[in-house]
Amino acid sequence: MTALRQATEVVDPVPGASAPHLPQQPDLVQLLTPEGERVEQPDYSLDISDEELRSLYRDLALVRRWDVEATALQRQGELGIWASLLGQEAAQVGAGRALADGDMAFPTYREHGVAWARGVDPLDVMSLFRGVDNGGWDPVARRFNLYTIVIGAQCLHATGYAMGVQRDGSEDAVLAFLGDGATSQGEVNEAMVFAASFAAPVVFFCQNNQYAISVPLERQTRIPLYQRAAGFGFPGVRVDGNDVLAVLAVTRAALQAAREGQGPTFIEAFTYRMGAHTTSDDPTRYRLASELEEWKLRDPIARLKAHLSRDGIADAAFFESVDAEGDELAARIRTGTVEMPDPAPSSMFEHVYAEQTPPLAAQQAEFEAYHASFEGGVER
Amino acid sequence: MGALKQFRLPDVGEGLTEGEILQWLVAVGETVTVNQPLCEVETAKAAVELPSPFAGTVTELLFDAGTMVDVGTPIITIDVGGDAATAAPATDEPAAGLIGGSAPGGRTAVLVGYGPRTTEARRRPRRSGQVVAERATAPIVLPEADYGSGGSERPPLLATAPDADTKPVRHGGLEVGRQAEAHALGGAAAPSSQAPQGRGRLRPLAKPPVRKYAKDLGVDLAAITGSGAGGVITRADVDAALAARGAGGTVLRGSFGAENGTPGEREQRIPIKGVRKHTAAAMVASAFTAPHVTEFLTVDVTRMMKLRARLAARPELAGVKVSPLLFVAKALLLAVGRHPMVNSSWDEAAQEIVVKDYVNLGIAAATPRGLVVPNIKDAARMSLAELAGALADLTATAREGRTAPADMAGGTITITNVGVFGVDTGTPILNPGESAILAFGAVREMPWVHKGKVVPRQVTQLALSFDHRIIDGELGSRFLADIGALLHDPGAALAF
Repeated sequence: MTALRQATEVVDPVPGASAPHLPQQPDLVQLLTPEGERVEQPDYSLDISDEELRSLYRDLALVRRWDVEATALQRQGELGIWASLLGQEAAQVGAGRALADGDMAFPTYREHGVAWARGVDPLDVMSLFRGVDNGGWDPVARRFNLYTIVIGAQCLHATGYAMGVQRDGSEDAVLAFLGDGATSQGEVNEAMVFAASFAAPVVFFCQNNQYAISVPLERQTRIPLYQRAAGFGFPGVRVDGNDVLAVLAVTRAALQAAREGQGPTFIEAFTYRMGAHTTSDDPTRYRLASELEEWKLRDPIARLKAHLSRDGIADAAFFESVDAEGDELAARIRTGTVEMPDPAPSSMFEHVYAEQTPPLAAQQAEFEAYHASFEGGVER
Repeated sequence: MGALKQFRLPDVGEGLTEGEILQWLVAVGETVTVNQPLCEVETAKAAVELPSPFAGTVTELLFDAGTMVDVGTPIITIDVGGDAATAAPATDEPAAGLIGGSAPGGRTAVLVGYGPRTTEARRRPRRSGQVVAERATAPIVLPEADYGSGGSERPPLLATAPDADTKPVRHGGLEVGRQAEAHALGGAAAPSSQAPQGRGRLRPLAKPPVRKYAKDLGVDLAAITGSGAGGVITRADVDAALAARGAGGTVLRGSFGAENGTPGEREQRIPIKGVRKHTAAAMVASAFTAPHVTEFLTVDVTRMMKLRARLAARPELAGVKVSPLLFVAKALLLAVGRHPMVNSSWDEAAQEIVVKDYVNLGIAAATPRGLVVPNIKDAARMSLAELAGALADLTATAREGRTAPADMAGGTITITNVGVFGVDTGTPILNPGESAILAFGAVREMPWVHKGKVVPRQVTQLALSFDHRIIDGELGSRFLADIGALLHDPGAALAF
């Protein structure tokens, strides 16, 4: 019944405007201006303590420091590739911090900020990009799925998981991450159709960073992405993706709505990828430096720093301590990455199935015997 | 001297094998910190800065800027201090092709430059030294803080917030990109003629017609500063460059190549043989034995073109091509019936004129081997459908180069369809042994007086050359006029 009611309610000239939990959508939800001034949004009031604000800043700064170090390590030949989150810290940390303990997140390959917010050790992410494993963390324990490289595929996983949650009668919600380019993928659209039809407790969190590698947004869509949600029959909202407070508030509201059985929400976090798509990409070939300079003025970390300083929430000593912590983190990441042991060749057999099958066990034995046949053998 | 470490060129993309060192950002003797940019490298995928993996003093730059270096090759040696006895680079190095030297724990990182590789770096010409040269003069802003030495200092490469005095984190060749943009936008720094050639600009900007224009005139676009929006070179720029060159410089002769060199070097000598030799002999024999007269007639063939469309729909003509040439052939055959003398030949030896009761209609055909004139035997007895089929067979056979000598012998009169080349008319030379040849020009829509008004009509030109020994002007004129009348009003055939 909920699904039916929603489907009829969202038939409205202003898409998403009649969503019960997101009434009268503004074009862009913003709680913190690029200059660092708090603005009130009655629909998304955020009661947040100074301690929480400082903690958000710390997350943003440390995640960026990690990203910078990882980019450098790739340039030094220590990582095979790195997908930088530079510029998207607020969207990721805000979304990650909106999750409740039991909520499950399904990331793309760029959600380092969400991984950080979920308590994943950066080295467990680095190992994936160094090519020594497929992601070192326990997705069940961290409530954070492994990175998905296939564009948009995780939206189906998230919707399926959410439908499972629904059948379990659990109170958890699911957060599916995707990019602007992924909205053109069939899987994403299928996931949204199912999520809407079954009012699955899933929130689609789209970081619109303006480019699908080199393809600009205007090649992906003729309308603002958040308005697409109306076509599927659930509310869509656009939030300033460089405003960690707005992202936190909007994502929290959407997850809460999902938990309460009101079905999915599409969140378009309007942001900008300040770096390259990955370290294999050269953005100067397809976009102007002036565009980047423009977005630097909307830097997600600078605006929170300005807010904290201006309102006396944090002093210079605090910022210095965060910087120092960042350097320690970077040093730990550097050492840990460089010293990461290569996996034993036969370890690739270990995580194919939860329980090893006899044919696979036989293959593993044969593989190990083959390697052992070389002079001196190989390390196990 | 302390321990020396070498940094090998990593694979900064995925699966790259080489990169070009665009410029060094450090010099020998300079102290570097971890992650301080050492150099800028361009690969097939991107231009990027390589940050230092070591802190220490630069002791050697192993390649000059502008060198192509294979992935896995050491490019810089850095003295990282400590005990010199620990290792010298030569002995410390792992097998060639492995990257990163020895890492803590005694193992070797092998992410980059898989497999042994012993090839030397090689030089290649720089695409453009301009930007790099300009950048080299610009001060490189490098943070002085030693990485990790003090918690309060901002580490190199990092900008937690983009302050005015801090260099931003640089992904890719953003700095280079800005330079290129500055040039492209016609910034102040574009005074020299080579300035528009920023790196990444593989060729000067100009629209295709201007490109062609410059090429035809032999003007090198790379030497021109564009005055159009975004530095685009305009036609006026090309004209100006040409004028400037004309005042004292040399102008390349476009596609004709350099001006020096003897004439023989710029000529091609083709042996006269085959079809060319045969054609030449026939043309000479014809032109210098039969006195030619050519007459012209311009005809409104609109009705013929309409009839053509109607006939093409008839079942008896299904499957054959109803072309304008088919109507010309039919008109000529009908006209020959009224003026048999045009279908004759001059027998010099017998001192007789041979008038033929049959028409072997020759059709001049352009083939890969040259001009051939096969003929349709006894064409006057054919129905329109048969004639159409014969025409199609003849041209297809000729184009495939399979025309038999017998097909070309015994012709009595010929049509040359110059219209297919978009030509209006010509003065054809008689096929030897024949007395008349008709040139059929292109059918064009032209302004034409029709029923007292100038209206667009389908118009073509006919040219008839004939042997004046046999055919007088009167006969030739009547023959041509009859063909014209039949093409103008195909219904006139009923009166023939």
